[in-house]
Amino acid sequence: MTEVTELMRPEGEALDTKEVLLNLGPQHPSTHGVLRLVLELDGEYVARVDPHIGYLHRGTEKLAESFTYTQIFPLTDRLDYVCPPSNNLAFALAVEKLLGIEAPIRAQYIRVLMAELARISGHLLITGALPMDLGAMTALLYAMREREMIMDLLEMITGARMHTSFCRVGGVREDLPDGFFPKIREFCDIFPNRIRDYERLIEDNRVFLKRTQGIGVISAEDGIDLGLSGPNLRASGVDWDIRRDEPYEIYDRLDFNVITREEGDCYARWQCRVEEMRESVRIIEQCLDQMPEGPFQVDMPTIAFPMDKDRVHCSMEALIQHFDLSAYGFEVPKGEVYSAIEAPKGELGFYIISDGSPKPFRMKVRAPSFVNLQGLFGVTNARYLADMIAVLGSLDPVMAEVDK
Amino acid sequence: MSVETSVISTLIAEHFGEAIEELGFSHGVHAYAAPPDRLVELCRLLKEHPALRFDFLSDICGVDLYPETPRYEAVYHLYSLPNKWRVRIKCRLADPPQVPSVTGVWRTANWHEREAWDMYGIKFEGHPDLRRIYMWEGFEGFPQRKDFPLRGYKDELNPFGAEGPPPHQPDLATRDIPSGGRSTPDTSDDRSH
Repeated sequence: MTEVTELMRPEGEALDTKEVLLNLGPQHPSTHGVLRLVLELDGEYVARVDPHIGYLHRGTEKLAESFTYTQIFPLTDRLDYVCPPSNNLAFALAVEKLLGIEAPIRAQYIRVLMAELARISGHLLITGALPMDLGAMTALLYAMREREMIMDLLEMITGARMHTSFCRVGGVREDLPDGFFPKIREFCDIFPNRIRDYERLIEDNRVFLKRTQGIGVISAEDGIDLGLSGPNLRASGVDWDIRRDEPYEIYDRLDFNVITREEGDCYARWQCRVEEMRESVRIIEQCLDQMPEGPFQVDMPTIAFPMDKDRVHCSMEALIQHFDLSAYGFEVPKGEVYSAIEAPKGELGFYIISDGSPKPFRMKVRAPSFVNLQGLFGVTNARYLADMIAVLGSLDPVMAEVDK
Repeated sequence: MSVETSVISTLIAEHFGEAIEELGFSHGVHAYAAPPDRLVELCRLLKEHPALRFDFLSDICGVDLYPETPRYEAVYHLYSLPNKWRVRIKCRLADPPQVPSVTGVWRTANWHEREAWDMYGIKFEGHPDLRRIYMWEGFEGFPQRKDFPLRGYKDELNPFGAEGPPPHQPDLATRDIPSGGRSTPDTSDDRSH
């Protein structure tokens, strides 16, 4: 597990100058996955931190070059596995831009609704996990209770709890199921009160406040320089949200606030996420109110499966097209696109170069967690080893996304 | 849209003349092609000019265009927080690929460049600590190059890999790594628990 190694000490030097290298991880609960931090310790103080990543590297980008566009959706699920619908959405948008198509309005509402559910699910995890890292176990159990409700809702829509793969190029896989609206309305009614519960549980917890307030401060300039995005950057006072500033899908029809904090410490990052969950509930409610009837995917036989599955059984052309799409995929015009969305962790971008074939020539994932982890180099006022745990938890990296 | 393009393009043309080629505007991104020797200069202009202020480096991406020549490309995606503009800079690189590092302009370039080095073997001159980031130290070859088999090469640990010996390029994988690559605690002699 955690292993301590002493460096060679030069002859004649005093005892108190000895530095210690400490391996935090790769198997350590507070690293939220397989991350290894090599810490150079000067007594209790952390003098230098050197993250070693790659333990979970699966070669997503290389694999994608041998998959058709539809086959890549399950790969994107496995990037940030806490909130797969956002990843699906980001990839679908990039391919749609290359094709020059747009999903029907109803499909866009369904995608946004699911992406916001995913945002709540991702933020819930860290809302509970950060206090747990710092010794307050209770919050996590409460957060998991509510997360289970979201899992149930996602299961109701997609049939899967974690790896949803629900987006398709040009829409979503199928329409919302019967009985979904009452269920999600119930969730929207219950959840804001539950957020209040977490706050009451944590806000007055003096140990939690002592260990997060004023600890691990990242200034706005450092945050931008280090490429932080999402709540991590907004907690430092940078008012930037891709949903508002470069609206995609139907975000320009929705009314929501961008949450910022000025302090830039661990507590501000935690608070930002809690507040964002409230905004997400508002977005979901608006989606439910505004969602029109209509098709859930584009009516383009060369790109999307027929919406009415029965046509495959009685029409020769539909059968051929269904087979063709499943077996060979569809061709995407030559070109390149960089498309970014506001994922729960920050700017999630897909850079796709197409050579006109059914498989991408190059797919690059701009993974927010990968970049956010570099925030470790920008923190100030995190002198103790124990502060590193708080900083790491508040940056909220998901290692599957860091390692791609 | 056209206003932004003319602002960016005019300023670039003013400072660089014909050296930077404009590749047009598509899907919300202005694209330019830069020769490697002017890259850092261009990045500084884009970041520091008060009318542009591309202060956020989104991404650096290596590309292997095999079998084309020149074979490699480094692609930079920039974002301007004040103006909400996006710019792409493309830099074609011959084999062996070398390009100046932009870590001096944006600190976030550090890990992006390490990734491009690890996956494509693009050497970023002036990078403070150019080590592999995903693959382990001592790994041979660059896995995302087009001539690297998808399943790797066959050996005792990888029975399903492609036949044939790994391409012999240990010199590329280990040579000239700046001294930032320091020994890890595992290999230290003086060990106590």
